[in-house]
Amino acid sequence: MPAMTLPEKILARAAGLDAVRPGQIVTCAIDLLMMHDSGGPRRVAARLEQLGATVWDPSKVIVVSDHFVPAADLDGAEILALTRRWAAANGVTHYDGIGICHVVLQEHGHVRPGMFCVGGDSHSPSGGAVGAYMVGVGATEITGALVTGTLWIKVPETLRVRIDGALAPGVAAKDVMLHLCATLGMNNDRYVVEYAGSAVAALSMAERLVLCNMTAELGGETGIVEPDATTEAALRAAGVPEPIDYARWRSDPDAPVARTVAIDGSRLPPQVAAPHSPANSRDVAEAERVRIDQAYIGACTGAKLSDLRMAAEVLKGRKVAKGTRLLIAPASTAMTAEAAREGTLATLTEAGAILLPTGCGACAGMGAGMLAAGETCIASTARNFKGRMGSPDARVWLGSPYTVAASAVAGHIADPRGFLA
Amino acid sequence: MSPPIVRRGRAFVFGDQIDTDVLAPGPYMKKPLAELARHCMEAVDPGFASRVRPGDIVVGGVGFGIGSSREQAVQALLELGVGAVVAKGFARIFYRNALNLGLPALVCEDLEASEGDELEVFPVEGRIVNHTRRREHACEPIPAALMDVVAAGGLMPWLERRLGARAG
Repeated sequence: MPAMTLPEKILARAAGLDAVRPGQIVTCAIDLLMMHDSGGPRRVAARLEQLGATVWDPSKVIVVSDHFVPAADLDGAEILALTRRWAAANGVTHYDGIGICHVVLQEHGHVRPGMFCVGGDSHSPSGGAVGAYMVGVGATEITGALVTGTLWIKVPETLRVRIDGALAPGVAAKDVMLHLCATLGMNNDRYVVEYAGSAVAALSMAERLVLCNMTAELGGETGIVEPDATTEAALRAAGVPEPIDYARWRSDPDAPVARTVAIDGSRLPPQVAAPHSPANSRDVAEAERVRIDQAYIGACTGAKLSDLRMAAEVLKGRKVAKGTRLLIAPASTAMTAEAAREGTLATLTEAGAILLPTGCGACAGMGAGMLAAGETCIASTARNFKGRMGSPDARVWLGSPYTVAASAVAGHIADPRGFLA
Repeated sequence: MSPPIVRRGRAFVFGDQIDTDVLAPGPYMKKPLAELARHCMEAVDPGFASRVRPGDIVVGGVGFGIGSSREQAVQALLELGVGAVVAKGFARIFYRNALNLGLPALVCEDLEASEGDELEVFPVEGRIVNHTRRREHACEPIPAALMDVVAAGGLMPWLERRLGARAG
């Protein structure tokens, strides 16, 4: 058998083949299909009816309501009600307003090493953090996948990003991804990105999720990290009882890759992306003094428990600047509960942060926290496209939770390293 | 056999990285498609939705459709009557969505067109004619696995045919 990379091994297994090679088009059997309230039942129910078709395997389908939660108006309420009815009628698991889909899937141990997963959301590459191959598609294709249980894939070339050298204090996976958006650009659709190296091995699952998640911003097919003991421990903590054969899911050492990019993590300073693209990233020092109206900690990318802790490290004993507002929408209710138990939440609220409901929220231009024309925001989210968080005349910068918190305290974009003890 | 898909219309030319929030802005995502479509491209060209006419061709640079998986980014263009999108490169989900929804999306790296040029697009043959400039351009072929879907007019008609064949 030819030497293969981890993503190639997963695609070959899902396609029922001994081996696959880049460029080959294969039909893969789906192990897990996830959809949310925006692109899910609302958009597939009528199409399934039109086809007179049913879900191929309800035990492999998960619906997560996270975009329009909690309902802020009647349109949203009706979409959420339709989602509940469809999930119940079709006998699929439904997580209703308890967290953002990519985070919820991993919290509950649904994504496992070696799986081929499909998500009705562009940040579905997040599943790669567990060592699965997970891709995002649109709602019509989700309809087809629900009927056939399969998805075609053009086997991508592998781009390996090797990160060695531990990230410095105040620097996070988010900074790595902003740096990659600037250096690799956003048109990497021919690649699956494998994140490797000692600095990646040292990252928590939450930080590995950020790497894979923002592979969407690189325009990659998906992202993936080789599963290891950290992965196994996370799956155990999520209540997965079955044995996990993570040693099987590794790239062969002699497997050819199309391109390798090496980063010395220890030399990377905090990054910020200027409006209106993640590719506009640069060292935070080049953007200090940009005045901030709103600082936003939210989304799958930037509001997990680890992200809330980063913000709390900066905010401990400090206050949000006058004239600046800090909004925080935690990525799941379980994470909110844990943040409350351990005191992280109190640190945030005592600094003056305004707590918003769990959900995709303002990152997707859908919840509380929209921006007016002329306003400037810095967000821990993944995207700062024009008009995404409100007015097309608002300006959104991106940064890590550390940098967003430091900017909230300073009232302007600030290097978080000066705020850490 | 489906009738050959050929699209002819005026070019609307955009730059690189036209993202899904420009095509289908988040704040209007709960709204009916007709209302969402009125805001298509408004962040970069506020008059686009009112000027575009059925059959017109959208021309983009690299990274067309980068961002979200929302297929309203494609449907907004279809709602406005756009006949095809030609770009130097597409984001992967947008490309799949476009062909699945029956909007021809063609990769052409050397197309030269200005707003208003009369274009004719031949998706199956993989070529574009700029009648205004009297130039013809070759496109990258659509993957064979997708050509059936494109020829059927999209994934839904393709699925209907396939499921119908299975039932019959």
